[in-house]
Amino acid sequence: MLFAKPRKLKENGVLGMNKRNIDYIGRYNPRKFYKRVDDKLTTKQLALANDIAVPALIGTVCQQHEIMHIPEMVNNRDGFVIKPSQGSGGKGILVITKVENGHYFKPNGHEVTPSEIDRHISNILSGLFSLGGKPDVAIVEGLIEFDPVFDGYSFEGVPDIRLIVFKGFPVMGMLRLSTAASDGKANLHQGAVGVGLDIGTGRGLHAVQFDRPLDLHPDTDKRLTEIQVPHWDTLLHTASKAYEMSELGYLGTDMVLDQKLGPLLLELNARPGLAIQIANGQGLLPRLKHVEQMKNKSMSVEERVAYAKTHFSSLPSA
Amino acid sequence: MHSKKPFYILVALLFIAGMAASVYRGIEHNVPFLPGEQVQSWAVDAKVSFQGTGEPAEVTFSLPKDPAFEILAENATSPGYGLSATEDDTGRQVTWSTREAIGQQDLYYKVTLVPTGKNEIPADKEPDAPQAYNWPATELAAAEQVMNEIWSRSATNLSFAQQLNKSFNATERSQNLELLLTSNSRAELFIRMLNSKGIPAKKVSGLFLEDQRRRQQLTNYVEVYHQGQWIIFNPNDGTQGRPDNLLIWDRTAKSTLDVVGGVNSQVNFSMLQDTRSALATSIDMLKNKNALDFSLYQLPLEEQSLFKGILLIPIGVLVVVFLRVIIGIKTSGTFMPVLIALAFIQTTLLTGLVGFLLIVAFGLMIRSYLSDLNLLLISRISAVIIVVIGIIGLFTLLSYKFGLSEGLTITFFPMIILAWTIERMSILWEEEGAKEVMVQGGGSLFVATLAYLAMSATWVQHWVFNFLGIHLVILATVLLMGQYTGYKLLELRRFRPLAGE
Repeated sequence: MLFAKPRKLKENGVLGMNKRNIDYIGRYNPRKFYKRVDDKLTTKQLALANDIAVPALIGTVCQQHEIMHIPEMVNNRDGFVIKPSQGSGGKGILVITKVENGHYFKPNGHEVTPSEIDRHISNILSGLFSLGGKPDVAIVEGLIEFDPVFDGYSFEGVPDIRLIVFKGFPVMGMLRLSTAASDGKANLHQGAVGVGLDIGTGRGLHAVQFDRPLDLHPDTDKRLTEIQVPHWDTLLHTASKAYEMSELGYLGTDMVLDQKLGPLLLELNARPGLAIQIANGQGLLPRLKHVEQMKNKSMSVEERVAYAKTHFSSLPSA
Repeated sequence: MHSKKPFYILVALLFIAGMAASVYRGIEHNVPFLPGEQVQSWAVDAKVSFQGTGEPAEVTFSLPKDPAFEILAENATSPGYGLSATEDDTGRQVTWSTREAIGQQDLYYKVTLVPTGKNEIPADKEPDAPQAYNWPATELAAAEQVMNEIWSRSATNLSFAQQLNKSFNATERSQNLELLLTSNSRAELFIRMLNSKGIPAKKVSGLFLEDQRRRQQLTNYVEVYHQGQWIIFNPNDGTQGRPDNLLIWDRTAKSTLDVVGGVNSQVNFSMLQDTRSALATSIDMLKNKNALDFSLYQLPLEEQSLFKGILLIPIGVLVVVFLRVIIGIKTSGTFMPVLIALAFIQTTLLTGLVGFLLIVAFGLMIRSYLSDLNLLLISRISAVIIVVIGIIGLFTLLSYKFGLSEGLTITFFPMIILAWTIERMSILWEEEGAKEVMVQGGGSLFVATLAYLAMSATWVQHWVFNFLGIHLVILATVLLMGQYTGYKLLELRRFRPLAGE
C-alpha cells in the first residue's frame, strides 16, 4: 500500500499540513507576534529579558562595511556561528569550530577562506536567506560546546531538542541527531534522525530516519531508544516560558544542551513542521485537543509543565 | 472563533453568480459552450421587380420579423432610389422611392438569418375582439351551418380552429364548404369563420426555407390567438404549428408589397444555407444589438489578445493551488510555475522545456563563476539577468542560423523569473546539493507542465475568454480550497507509518 487511508490517520490523530495551517497556526498565532520568532535577534533579546538562557551573542553585522570587523570580533575565540537573523529552515548558518592563525575551519575540517566568510555575510545582508528576500542582519554567536551525553548519537552536528508548545503546554518532543547522510545538519528531510521523546521523562521512545522507523543510529550503531535527555525539567520549563514570551499559541522551540550552560534556547518557530509526529510514532491532534478542551484556565509555567508531564507521558514516570 | 457561515455563503454566491452568468451567456447570447461549434444560417435574397410608368414611384416592402430567426446582417440595394426603413409594433418595412421610374425596375433586399429555436410566437398583448365578417346573403346560411356544426364539436378557440382546419382538408367536404370555397380562398374563409366566432385570427405570409432554391414565393398562413400565443395554421394542407424552416416574413396582415407608380410588381425570393462558426455568429449578433456589455470583444484586437493570455492565469493559479493544497507538491516559488507555463504557451511544450533547461543550465555555469567574484547579491542577480538575456539572444541567433524556427520562441521566457530561478537553484546546489536542485526544479517544471496542459486546452481558452463568469467559479474554488483542513495526498504517503497498519 502506497497511501494510508485518511480515516486511519484521522483515528490516530495525525495532524495534516492544511489543518495545522488553518486550525492551529492561523487561529492561535496572531500575525503581529511573528516578528518575535521570525527575527532571531529579537527572539534573543526577548529571551534575555525573560531570563531564558541563549547562546552568547558576539555581535551583529547590519551594514556591508561592518563585515571587515569580523576578524576582530571573533578574535580569541575557538569557534563561532554566523546566522541570518531572519533565516528559516536552518538556511544560511555557517559554523566555524576552529580558528587557527586567521584560518577558519568548518566542523568537517574543511577550510573556509576569509573572503568566503565575507561573501556569506554579504549574502545574508542582501536577504538571500530571509523570507521574501528582505534585507537582513547577520548574527555572530558563540559556539555551543555541546553536552557529551549525546556523544555517539550524533554525527558531526549539534543535536537539538524540538518541543511543540501549545498554549503554554509542552505537548510533544523530539531529539534531532545529525547523520553522515544529513551532512551534519539536523533537518529531518535531509536525513537527520528524529527521536521521539517522552514528555514525562525525556526518554527516547521511537526513532525515524527518512520517515522510516529505526532502532540504531545509522553511523554509530548506538541504540536510539535508550537515550535519556538530561536537564529534562529545565527544557520543559524553558519551552513553556517561551509561550508567555512570544504570545504564540502554537509554537516550536529549538533548544541545545551546552556542556557548561545547560539548555540554551536556539530559536522559536511559529510554523513548526509535522515530522515530530513520525518521530514519536503518534499524532499530535489528541494532545492539542486535550489542551483546547481545558479552555482558558490560567496556569503558571510550573503547573503547565506538571500537567503536561502527567497527561502527555506515555512511559511510567521514572 | 468567528462563524464560517458568511464565508460559505460568499463562496456559494460567487459560485452561483459565476455559473448563472456563464449559463446566461451561453443561452441568452448564444455563445457556444464548446469551441468550434457550427450553426446553420440562411442567406435570403428578395428581388422586387416592377414596370415603371415614368412617374414617381414608391415601393413599400415588409421585412421579416420573426422570433424564430435572428437577423445577423441585412441590407437593401437599389441604385437611384431613396431608402428609408420604419419599424413599429406590427412589423418592419422598407420604402424605396424615386422621382421617375421607367421600364423594368429591380430592387434587392438581402438578409442573413440564424435560427434561434424559439418557434413560438408570443402575443405581447391580448388582441382586440375581431369584427365579424358580413357574409353575403348567398353564403350566410352555409357559413353559419358549417360554423355551428363545428362549434358544437369544439371546446375551445383552439379546438375550433383545429376542427375547422380539419374539415377544410377532409377528403369529402360538406356541400356547404364546397360552396363557400368557390368564392373564398381557404385562408380567407378560415379567418372569416374564426373572426365571426369572435376568435382573433389573421393572415401571415411565410417563406419556406430550402437550400439553393430560387424564384420562391411567400405562402399564406393563418395565425390564431390562443392563450397568449399565436398558433400557426396552414389551411391549405390542414397542418398546425410551424415547421422549423418556415420564416415568417410578414405579420402585418396588410399586403407585403405595395408599389405606387409601377405595374406588374412582384417579389421573388432565393435562398442559400450556410454553415458558420457559432462563436462568430453570436459575436456578430451581440454587435447588432449593441449588447456587448461584459464582453471583451468590444476591446481593440491587441487588448483582446492580451486578455486572452491574462485570463489564462486564473487557470494556472487554480492548478498550482490544487497541486499544493490538495496533492502537496512543492514548487520553488509559488507562482513561478504559472509564469513558466505562460511561456510554454508561446513556445509549445517541448521547445519550452528544452529551452528552459538550456537557459538554466548555462545560467548555472555562469553563475558559478560569478559566485567566485564575491559580488553583492543585487549586482549578482542583475548580472545574471543580463547574462540570461545574452544566452537567449545567442540561442535565438543559433537556432535561426540552423533553421530551427522553434528556437526563436525562446524570447518569450520571463527573464527576471529565469534569473531568480538560476540564483535560487545555485544557492540550493551549494547548500543542499545537486539532488535537491533536481527535485525542486523538477517539481516546478512538473507543475508548470500540468498548468500548461490545462491552460492550452482549446476549450479552456474558449471558456475563460467567452464566459467571464467562470472566473468567479475559480475564485470560489480557490477560496474553498483555502479552507481545506484535510490531509494532502502526499501526506497519506508521508504519514503512512502512523496509520497503525
